[in-house]
Amino acid sequence: MNNENVKTADNADMNHQAVPMSAQEIARAVIDRKSLFILDVRNADAYADWKIEGTQINSINVPYFELLEGVESVLPLLPDNSPVLVVCAKEGSSKFVAEQLVDAGRDDVHYLEGGMKAWSEHLEPVKVGDLKDGGELYQFVRLGKGCLSYMVLSDGEAAVVDTLRMTEVFEKFAKEKGARIKHTLDTHLHADHISGGRKLAEESGADYWLPPKDADEVVFSYNPLEDGQTLTVGNTEIAIQPVYSPGHTIGSTSLVVDDQYLLSGDILFVASIGRPDLAGKAGDWAGDLRSTLYETYRSLSEELTVLPAHFGQLSELGEDGRVSAKLGDLYANNPGLNMEEETTFRQAVTTNLPSQPNAYQEIRRTNMGLIQPDDEEQREMEIGPNRCAIHDK
Amino acid sequence: MNIDVRVDTKGMACPMPIVKGKKALDGMQQGQILELLSTDKGALNDFQAWVKKSPNEWISHEESNGVHRFLIRKG
Repeated sequence: MNNENVKTADNADMNHQAVPMSAQEIARAVIDRKSLFILDVRNADAYADWKIEGTQINSINVPYFELLEGVESVLPLLPDNSPVLVVCAKEGSSKFVAEQLVDAGRDDVHYLEGGMKAWSEHLEPVKVGDLKDGGELYQFVRLGKGCLSYMVLSDGEAAVVDTLRMTEVFEKFAKEKGARIKHTLDTHLHADHISGGRKLAEESGADYWLPPKDADEVVFSYNPLEDGQTLTVGNTEIAIQPVYSPGHTIGSTSLVVDDQYLLSGDILFVASIGRPDLAGKAGDWAGDLRSTLYETYRSLSEELTVLPAHFGQLSELGEDGRVSAKLGDLYANNPGLNMEEETTFRQAVTTNLPSQPNAYQEIRRTNMGLIQPDDEEQREMEIGPNRCAIHDK
Repeated sequence: MNIDVRVDTKGMACPMPIVKGKKALDGMQQGQILELLSTDKGALNDFQAWVKKSPNEWISHEESNGVHRFLIRKG
């Protein structure tokens, strides 16, 4: 275990001012399991709902408005030999508190640049592996919300799967790779985050694909993503094969990429399985979820590497922050795949479910094109964890 | 309701709305009413939580065209 500190002041001068720390630096700290102490100065409700977590990250919550008279009360709560990162919603209050800590004589004080807003929107690209004919597959890890997007690259072309709202990240990445985005695909109509698939397709002249059974109410045109098609990326024809796999939603469609990878959307996660209730039809969809997980996926190769659209716990992050597992290993270890009795399964996926993702109904309506919230509203809607798995908290 | 002190923090980001509000309240007499205007959405929850912990009394909050108007009685 690496216990070295995230960032220590390089010189004496730095000790005498609050130093900004970027969301990317914190992402690396979480992934590399470095120790960091966080003083979160948002209000108690915001902290209870959602905070920065990591195996070596400790945090306490003291709202900034309790520190207006001075920070003396909080000084004894801060560890002596670790950097302290002050965090708030948008930056202003954390900088305010961090500067007071420095004035009070505390060393190695940082504040989160852009606040939790920046943390929520940060995407960390992680290479999953090479494709047989020379292409590459990348996973984009959104640590702040537990969302995962994918980019398939081959021969100057790219396809992006389950694109997040921050489309510029994908555009920039594709550009750096010298690739033109040809397809954007959503494995299902998302309820926890706002899809960037349609926007990215418009901006890059790509085709946008969505499962038609999830698109009953959408008000835009799209390409129907259906079982039996093959989409290609690059001249080498990296195949993306859709597999109809309902359960989380009625349209949920998984993608087999290059006969090696199973992009499972919100059907199968590393430590859990998808919840069938976010469109209000848990009872109807539980049976679909059962047959997808216990029949359709069973018929696929156990050697496939499962790449889900979410993670729920930090323990699901592997080396370099990658979230993946062999399908065969999940059949051995994932509790959602080991409920022999159908009644047990039905009960597990329809009762005692975690609370729904923040603003999930508005998010679904946004993804259908029925409402057009502005950027600020979209950001607010996405606050908090994804809560798409039955075992989430 | 008679407003005794008005503080306009429109356009200011956290923590300024609360810093200014607190400063105004510090200089007010018990029972006087403060009106604070803010365009910072986040200020609402923070302000409520802060007033709750202080001897002051929360009277009301309303929003129109993105401007939040808080009324607080000095305690």
